[in-house]
Amino acid sequence: MSFVEYGDTIKDGDTAIVFLGHESMFPVKVQHGTVTQTKYGVIRHSTDLIGKKYGSKVTCSKGGWIFILHPTPELWTMNLPHRTQILYSTDISIITMMLELKPGSIVCESGTGSGSLSHALIRTVAPTGHLYTVEFHQQRAEKAREEFKEHGVEHLVTVTNQDVCKNGFGVSNVADAVFLDIPSPWEAIGHAKSALKAEGGRICSFSPCIEQVQRTCLAMEEYGFTEINTLEILLRVYNFSHTCAGCTCSLDPSVTVGKHQHTPLPDSSSRCAPCPSSWCGDCLGHYATLKANRDDSGTLGYVMVRRWFFLGSVPEIRVLVHAHSLESTSVLH
Amino acid sequence: AMEDGLMQGSRIREGDCAVLKRDDVFKAVPVLRRRKIIFEKQWFYLDNAIGHSYGTTFEVTSGGNLQPKQEVEETTTETKEAGTDNRNIVDDGKSQKLTHDDIKALKDKGIKGQEIVQQLIENSTTFRDKTEFAQDKYIKKKKKKYEAVITIVKPSTRILSTMYYAREPGKINHLRYDTLAQMLTLGNIRAGNKMIVMETCAGLLLGAVMERMGGYGSIIQMYPGGGPIRAATSCFGFPKHFFDHLHEFPLSKVDSLLSGTFSTETLPSEPEDNTLVEEESNGLTDEKQTFLQETEEEPTTEAAMEISQTEEQETMDINAERVECKENKEKESKENVREKQRKQWERRKKLMEAAALLGEKNADGLIVASKFHPTPLLLALLEFVAPSRPFVVYCQYKEPLLDCYTKLRERGGVINLKLSETWLRNYQVLPDRSHPKLTMSGGGGYLLSGITVVLDKGKSDSSNSEALRMEEPSSKRCKVQDLHC
Repeated sequence: MSFVEYGDTIKDGDTAIVFLGHESMFPVKVQHGTVTQTKYGVIRHSTDLIGKKYGSKVTCSKGGWIFILHPTPELWTMNLPHRTQILYSTDISIITMMLELKPGSIVCESGTGSGSLSHALIRTVAPTGHLYTVEFHQQRAEKAREEFKEHGVEHLVTVTNQDVCKNGFGVSNVADAVFLDIPSPWEAIGHAKSALKAEGGRICSFSPCIEQVQRTCLAMEEYGFTEINTLEILLRVYNFSHTCAGCTCSLDPSVTVGKHQHTPLPDSSSRCAPCPSSWCGDCLGHYATLKANRDDSGTLGYVMVRRWFFLGSVPEIRVLVHAHSLESTSVLH
Repeated sequence: AMEDGLMQGSRIREGDCAVLKRDDVFKAVPVLRRRKIIFEKQWFYLDNAIGHSYGTTFEVTSGGNLQPKQEVEETTTETKEAGTDNRNIVDDGKSQKLTHDDIKALKDKGIKGQEIVQQLIENSTTFRDKTEFAQDKYIKKKKKKYEAVITIVKPSTRILSTMYYAREPGKINHLRYDTLAQMLTLGNIRAGNKMIVMETCAGLLLGAVMERMGGYGSIIQMYPGGGPIRAATSCFGFPKHFFDHLHEFPLSKVDSLLSGTFSTETLPSEPEDNTLVEEESNGLTDEKQTFLQETEEEPTTEAAMEISQTEEQETMDINAERVECKENKEKESKENVREKQRKQWERRKKLMEAAALLGEKNADGLIVASKFHPTPLLLALLEFVAPSRPFVVYCQYKEPLLDCYTKLRERGGVINLKLSETWLRNYQVLPDRSHPKLTMSGGGGYLLSGITVVLDKGKSDSSNSEALRMEEPSSKRCKVQDLHC
């Protein structure tokens, strides 16, 4: 396994992702002799993981199970230990496309932060490209180096511990693209320009505040960058809801069924009067349920009421606006 | 970095596919000498652009030739006379003293756009009363109209996806470029993968996938009908070796492949020359093609080939001796038959190769964006994907993806299903004038993504409480809520 190449079986030393179900997962370092606790029981690495295929179902000691997954930068982004606010895949996707990154690209990045974007960049430029990432916090820089090594990608990345605004990226005239996610990006534009190749290099800066964006765009213009574009991308996720709605068609009150019974109506081609469509006869069609009903004489009986089952998509109530959301890209000529 | 052809192609060369850009309008054109191009109401030849770097901005001169635009110093140092607001500015349509004819005369004289704008400013009675911002806006507007500048840019996913979405969204099922960007990342598209791609987006998605794979790994493109459409793919300008590991396989044969009854005996009727058909419809011409036309685009050039063969034979009859003619005719038709057989054998061989690759059932991912209903596609194609690999399906509409979700839950072997869309908003960023411009939402399509896992052959999922935890309960198990439902 590595973050830039798929492997089929789990090996000692791999980073794998334990999937518990429904957006619940965490990373694990596979090691002979270790165990991992989960709410479904214990996972013994030596017997349960090593040698197993990625994507396997692993039964834990208490009987419940999990799936063990191959890591990807996207799964890493969702599960990595945060040292700083990170970039999520939605922004990473558009940044990657706007910077026109591909295998062989040379990219500069600052700040490295928790390495979320870094892993994605490394994946995209592999096997022949390189990421030069600059982090001014010494421990974070060190932690990033460790992680890249553990994840089998250290040959594709160089971590430099310095202040990009003062000392730049450590390279000149080679980068195809530069990415900035720092408090004062306008102070690094000059350094970005010298890191970039002479013509056609692209730069992107990512800021939470419009004031930062304004200052950065101005700086980009001053340094000769053209085609400056600012955009914001928002992710809207839909949840699924199996639900039903009552159907206002009338039913034959003389048809009675046992209490608490729900069955599909016998004639799948029948169309009920005010209802616009014939019901489909499978689980997403009409079902009949019972409704207690007292007739005029006060006798309690049961009447069949049709219910129309469907799968609804429900947008998440809040559209997640990330802490950082504004990106400006432009090209140097 | 050299090996990937990144250094290649930073200069405009004859035969390239280049993209013309003016503000936010793009158009893909072949770079050919003496070929008249129409773009943004301008007629010109690309000859003078050859040899310049991509990204160069040109002006169209009177002869229809391109000339690199000179950098002009903005006269910002003069203190411009300006007003404070528009309370006294009356818009009576009479503030510009130059008439249409005056302006036309200037244009005919060959006066540069810059100069025309200057003239317009000088002949505007209200210009100096406008606020500085309004003056700026006025100048920008006039420049846009009279300064015919065109930038020639190198094609890329970014450029082509933007172009297609703006010009011919119907061709790409309204797949907006930010949605495409999400697909490439969600699908972990990268060098070395073995990807299965199914798209009816004129080859744009295929091109985007190929760009992110950099020529490494392999791609099997599934196609409906007689052959895959790769019109947009050719715009990317990939080096030849990128196509060495690009395979294709007909959807019509998938069932037989899965059931073990696959044979190469009956091939779908394939066009002899797919590229001809494509050139019409790849946005290189101004022809508009509707969505419905797309569906009828069945290649029929096999019939055409037969016709041209008999035409050739007739011509030879007329021009040569009867006996020689006959011999030539026999020889030619023999050669034609051999050629046809050779080609068929080639096709069979390729088909078997593709079938073998699929049959390994170890693809690293599946990416789908088509006008067809996603459910049958996913249910069939996921069989070829290894466990613990991502897949991504695009659909212009949400509802088919809901159905897909339900059927995938029933099938099992997939986790982390997610239905999403992205909204995109761009901004004008100017000092004291920053604000959003355009918001795009809903019109970019939807994505269903997930991860494969080892498929349990036994249907053990039904009443297991863990299964309920893992998966949404299907409505079969949905309990009747009681009488209040």
